[in-house]
Amino acid sequence: MRSSSTRACEGALAIGPRRGDASTGPNRRETAATEAHRAIEAIWRIESARLIAGLARVVGDIGTAEELAQDALVAALEQWPAEGVPDRPGAWLMGTAKHRAVDLIRRRKTLERKHEEIGRDVERAMESMDLDTAIDHEVGDDLLSLIFMACHPVLSKDARVALTLRVLGGLTTEEIARAFLVPVSTIAQRIVRAKRTLAEAHVRFEVPSGAERVARLASVLEVIYLIFNEGYSATAGNDWVRPALCEEALRLGRILAELVPTEPEVHGVVALMEIQASRLGARVGPSGEPVLLFDQDRARWDRLLIRRGLAALERAERLGGALGPYALQAAIAACHARATIASETDWSRIVALYDAVAQLAPSPVVELNRAVAVGMAFGPAAALEIVDALVHEPTLKSYHLLPAVRGDLLRKLGRSEEARAEFERGASLTENVPERELLLRRAAECAAERMAG
Amino acid sequence: MRVLIMAKEGEQGESATPPTPEAMADYQKFNDELVKAGVVLEAGRLYPSLQGKRLRFDGKKRTVIDGPFAETKELVAGYWLWQVRSIDEALEWLKRAPYDGGTFEIREVVEYEGM
Repeated sequence: MRSSSTRACEGALAIGPRRGDASTGPNRRETAATEAHRAIEAIWRIESARLIAGLARVVGDIGTAEELAQDALVAALEQWPAEGVPDRPGAWLMGTAKHRAVDLIRRRKTLERKHEEIGRDVERAMESMDLDTAIDHEVGDDLLSLIFMACHPVLSKDARVALTLRVLGGLTTEEIARAFLVPVSTIAQRIVRAKRTLAEAHVRFEVPSGAERVARLASVLEVIYLIFNEGYSATAGNDWVRPALCEEALRLGRILAELVPTEPEVHGVVALMEIQASRLGARVGPSGEPVLLFDQDRARWDRLLIRRGLAALERAERLGGALGPYALQAAIAACHARATIASETDWSRIVALYDAVAQLAPSPVVELNRAVAVGMAFGPAAALEIVDALVHEPTLKSYHLLPAVRGDLLRKLGRSEEARAEFERGASLTENVPERELLLRRAAECAAERMAG
Repeated sequence: MRVLIMAKEGEQGESATPPTPEAMADYQKFNDELVKAGVVLEAGRLYPSLQGKRLRFDGKKRTVIDGPFAETKELVAGYWLWQVRSIDEALEWLKRAPYDGGTFEIREVVEYEGM
């Protein structure tokens, strides 16, 4: 019964208007019921994470908390269109969910006598749960516990991402599937399995402390940045970027920065995302093709996001986190953001920052990025040396940016024929259509240069 | 999406007397809630239109008009830039604001042109 009602409400949510869809403009003859549905969808987006977090604190697991919250949503979908949206919709949803929780616990108690004691405790906790307290005061800790739980390292990265978007972002399974271009059933399964894994591993609903907190926070930041990156450089499909995913990640990052304001790396990852997002409008050309950093019209960079990003970076640095991995990447992004024209970029500072990144977390990808910076600061020959050392690196074997960078350097050195071959190889390695076209265009340019030269 | 919220507070927004401490505290609490939800990108209050200027363009001609401006009900007293997923979400947030007068306008900001 529960599952059918859950499906019903997801269907209702999926009907809501989508941004950028011209056909869903304001319709004056919209019925009151449709209006209520749209209000409910919006309220769900605002309240669902707090609701699930508050319930998870009491029932202890995300799965049950989410089902209870969904049940409250179904009740709202049944009642609000006829009776109107209540004055305090969040409190209404929490109250309704709480009643269902008490019912559920009673039923469980009858079924499982041995758990009677636990049931009574939980029920007592539920009864004493003051609604205002649940919604206004302890919501910070609850939300934080929920974030830590959804991003628990016991889960695979894919599972963490899906569960986070679902319980913290308030996205439906359909929306997550659409964002990642995978079948709905894949995401649904991923979420079900994630909840089961958390239950089986007896992951506690709490804010971890000490050394565990450090590791768990790293896992949270990784999830947020993974979501951002999936939007920022779509790994598959016809879009080069999917801004909606970037916006979700930024929102999660901004919320987290308020929840744990003294953690420098949280501000570091927010700074990195804000600054990268400032280029979203500039890194796509008129027909959806990618425009690389140096070719971007910097007047189109979003000054507001740059300002926010630089402020977040300053916060990270003030907290002593200048050398954190995200803060360092943000500092590199900031070097580009501060340069109003590409030629003003402080490349030697960028090389120094990449040196610091490479010391902290050496990786072939970092080395490749460092090579690009070295190329700009000290010329293509010095950079090519670094890149050539990476050619046989197994982890970069199918990484399209290696031949892309190498091609670029070879072209600058006048070795057009070799450059063309590299661009073509890069094109064959990416599944992203606009990116492949860009690389093929570069290859064609090299061929033309060779003819001309 | 990004939305601009324009606070058209009417006479109140135009008066030189600052809001009461209680009203400021209520506003602060609401604004804090928005910040914690990752909604606020930017917020600002404007001085009364007495200190404002208008510049009217008519072909090559430019006419300066000094404040205060007459149409008090339409004058913007403050603004917010919010990051939300829909106009409906902005509407639901705005309904919770601690105001008892004035009109607030929600407009979507054009982003990612050509995408």
